[in-house]
Amino acid sequence: MEDLSFHHQARSRAGGTRRMAIIGVVASGNLEVLAERVLPETECRLEIKTAAEGFGQVWDAVVADFVERYSPGGLKFSINDGGARPDTVSLRLAQAVRLMAEDEP
Amino acid sequence: MSVTDLEKPSVEQARATSFYEASARARIRLLLDPASFVEFIGPEQREVSPHLKLFDLPEQFDDGIIVGRGSLAGSPVFIAAQEGRFMGGAFGEVHGAKLTGLLRAAKELKSIPVLILFDTGGVRLQEANAGELAIAEIMRAVIEARTAGVKVIGLIGGRSGCYGGGGLIAGCCSALAVSEQGRIAVSGPEVIETNRGVEEFDSRDRALVWRTMGGKHRRLIGGAELFADDTVQAFREAALELLETTAGFGIDTLNAEQSRLEDRLQRFGACRDAVEIWAAEGVADAASVPALPADQFIELADKVRRIARDAR
Repeated sequence: MEDLSFHHQARSRAGGTRRMAIIGVVASGNLEVLAERVLPETECRLEIKTAAEGFGQVWDAVVADFVERYSPGGLKFSINDGGARPDTVSLRLAQAVRLMAEDEP
Repeated sequence: MSVTDLEKPSVEQARATSFYEASARARIRLLLDPASFVEFIGPEQREVSPHLKLFDLPEQFDDGIIVGRGSLAGSPVFIAAQEGRFMGGAFGEVHGAKLTGLLRAAKELKSIPVLILFDTGGVRLQEANAGELAIAEIMRAVIEARTAGVKVIGLIGGRSGCYGGGGLIAGCCSALAVSEQGRIAVSGPEVIETNRGVEEFDSRDRALVWRTMGGKHRRLIGGAELFADDTVQAFREAALELLETTAGFGIDTLNAEQSRLEDRLQRFGACRDAVEIWAAEGVADAASVPALPADQFIELADKVRRIARDAR
């Protein structure tokens, strides 16, 4: 297992008022993303635990692209990864932001 | 109508979702009344397995089981759902403790039934002792809750089926509903083949696996009270029917169950295959059962066998 952590400044606050959302499952080639609205409005943090070691640079690129596209200010993402491909990671992160923008379930 | 309205399916449409394909969270959300679910010990509390990191394995924030309360057609229920894709839905220490706690709460309150959405291969091998203990605790908690007057209903239709200790717990429930995909057994096909040889059970023969452990067979031999089509709606209706029709629990129930099982063993103990059992049960064209669509099968099963409501 490898732990990775990323901290970014976001352009703006993530939409919605939901405090927490979870998406995905920890399985081979899949991951779960827990999003929580716990940070100052222009900050974004990602804490990753991954089963696939040595892919820090790929995560760095995927995360930077995600923050640039979605501007998830105020959100902390905690990720348990079962060795998902970068496109799956991008999809799950986008789903998490979208869930946070919905009304409380 | 806005674009969002078009995108959002109605509750009825959403409940037509395959139960088998849905995640544990989606099953709970769609099975219960809309927005009624409140989770206990949610993923944000990060009550993860204390064992998996010793094996360098990834954790899941809910340890593969979701527990909480909600309402079903306006009445309160406790509900637990296993996520069969995380470590095969297997029972570990935390996973098991969450279900035990839910059942003990139901026992204290006496009036709120429990729905368990099984989706499990059994005990998680990486935490075997804790997992085995969890199975024993859950079985005791199910029986204690039932003794206190609580109905415990099992719904089985997930990708991991209901195997190992999960099969034992299911056997302790007040009533079960199962879909064709929802297999119920203790030892899985590969386990039987490994221990007893391929002549005893060929685990690669999928048709054999389905007709021995699948939902249709379980319904026909009385292992499950109801057969449900593979939609969340069908399982919701099954849960409502079982909550309505399941009788109380006491020593008479156990005696009736004992004689039901003895009778079953006596009548079918010599059968070599499930098809022989169905034929002995009076199914005219037993070989055609595996291919029957759900509605036709339910009609057939209701004709062949109404479950004895005094047993279980």
